Amino acid sequence: MDGQKPIYGLMAEFDDATALVEATKRTYDAGYRKVDAYSPFPIEPAWEALHADDRRVQLLVLCGGIIGALAGFGLCYWTQVIAYPLNIGGRPFNSWPSFIPVTFEVTILIASFTAVISMFALNGLPMPYHPVFNVPAFARASEDRFFLAIEATDPKFDRARTLEFMNGLGARAVNEVEP
Amino acid sequence: MNSKPVSTESYTPPRVLEGSHSYKTITEKISSIVLTKHQPVAWIVTTAIGFVFVNILGVSVSYLLLKGIGIWGNNIPVGWAFDIINFVWWIGIGHAGTLISAILLLLRQDWRTSINRFAEAMTLFAVACAAMFPLIHTGRPWLAAYWLFPYPNSMSLWPQFRSPLIWDVFAVSTYGSVSLLFWYVGLVPDLATFRDRAKNRVAQYLYGALALGWRGSARHWQRYETAYLLLAGMSTPLVLSVHTIVSFDFSVGILPGWHATIFPPYFVAGAIYAGFAMVLTLAIPLRRLYGLQDFITMRHLENMAKVTLVTGLMVVYGYAMEAFFAWYSANAFETFMIVNRTTGPYAWAYWMLIVCNGLVPQVLWKKSIRTNTIWLFFVALIVSVGMWLERFVIIVTSLHRDFVPSSWGMYYPTIWDFSTFFGTIGLFVTLMFLFIRVLPMISIFEMRTLVPEAKVKGAEGH
Repeated sequence: MDGQKPIYGLMAEFDDATALVEATKRTYDAGYRKVDAYSPFPIEPAWEALHADDRRVQLLVLCGGIIGALAGFGLCYWTQVIAYPLNIGGRPFNSWPSFIPVTFEVTILIASFTAVISMFALNGLPMPYHPVFNVPAFARASEDRFFLAIEATDPKFDRARTLEFMNGLGARAVNEVEP
Repeated sequence: MNSKPVSTESYTPPRVLEGSHSYKTITEKISSIVLTKHQPVAWIVTTAIGFVFVNILGVSVSYLLLKGIGIWGNNIPVGWAFDIINFVWWIGIGHAGTLISAILLLLRQDWRTSINRFAEAMTLFAVACAAMFPLIHTGRPWLAAYWLFPYPNSMSLWPQFRSPLIWDVFAVSTYGSVSLLFWYVGLVPDLATFRDRAKNRVAQYLYGALALGWRGSARHWQRYETAYLLLAGMSTPLVLSVHTIVSFDFSVGILPGWHATIFPPYFVAGAIYAGFAMVLTLAIPLRRLYGLQDFITMRHLENMAKVTLVTGLMVVYGYAMEAFFAWYSANAFETFMIVNRTTGPYAWAYWMLIVCNGLVPQVLWKKSIRTNTIWLFFVALIVSVGMWLERFVIIVTSLHRDFVPSSWGMYYPTIWDFSTFFGTIGLFVTLMFLFIRVLPMISIFEMRTLVPEAKVKGAEGH
């Protein structure tokens, strides 16, 4: 391996979830910040160890819900009062109780789409190419293996010293990740 | 009381994951159903039969579009018949899928994990079958666009938002869209597994494209879990609202037999009842066919049987209340409605409904029947028949004799009514079996969390 070729980072491979969470905690405590843990199923302690607590999805869903409610009621109000007022059995044009079902449905519709789209967008997906896939063993990240990657862009990253640190994490293997 | 001392500590509920499985064996077992060149003969035969009925559906709908809805049996006074019966029946079946995936998730019922994926697929396909009926019952679905959807058209016409029928359009289309989102979000991590495991080049590309480059990052999982939980939280009131709004189609009308305040809860309970029966109808043969007894255990089947029994009792309570209201209202038309329902020309349908929905499911009180797959399968089929009859009774017997005896009449379905209905069953079966062939029918990543090693040690007291 020549030291000249730039790399994306270093990646350690673990056998189980507990080892991954332990290693993630130690890596964070060692001062590394551009770190990510990869697992075949959601592990809450893993993202807690990374101090990853993004609450923008919730906020966006709230906004989506409010927009949906206004849009739903606005649609009913505008069509029934302004654009196309019809006298139905002497009911007022603004028969707001009749507009609640549509308002509710549009609220849920927009909020749900916001939840999914914002989740994928904040995750940077779809992303057809990512360097972590260059590690052959990473194919098992969607099956039964757990990975921890420290990116080369981390200010504390030093190819030799970080490799030494990662070798001490009790991983079954540590690999370089090609960019 | 049993004289034996009962200790709560010694009781361990039956496991939701039988056998000794690891992440690897779970992944291999579920993905081997799809990532193979071979499929069981039963799959080919069932799909072929389903496809025959899809063609019957195609012929029926084509003939309907050619001739108009006169080919069906409904006419004044029974203006709504098979079309709306089938619509309500299908949409009700869908409800169990959302109940399993959303409500049981919020209630932290870990037994939902191995049945939620195909129950959600069942929801989608049932909604697709249901949505066909309001469209084709117009006879001219190309005009239904401006009848149903609010868009600025050249005639400056807008739908009437005071009508429950337009609420229904919004409820069903929102329900279909949100169910699709929920299902797809749940699939993404499993699609990534398929991408990594597929040997076939085309399969790798297709699963890879659908997986959107999912790589299982912890930062992604955190947002993913947030979004998934929010979707569950929003789907819960949504699913309750959908059948409530479907019941408004009837209860807002002033017809005796329809105009009742009990309709929304009674319809929602009926929907869950029919839906769980359909999940059982699908789960029992599938677990046998693909050897999934370790994942869909007796505990799952028994729990579903219990939910079926409880919701069935709620439905029976609804029938009792309909009769009680008719008597208590002291309204001549309401009283006549229940007398006509129980002794009139369609009394056979009413009493068959009571047998199918009221009497037969009572066998589920017995544990030996809840744990017997053959019994359970047939009880579930009878419940499906009973729920179809319930809608038949509500719609046809209420309409055929209303206020003025001179406008009474009888309703007889035609062959096209039946061919369209059985055609949608064929469509449902075909879509369900195609889904089983190309996508993981059990959520692989959620099953992995049931493996004992998935619990991170030292994180318990957090």
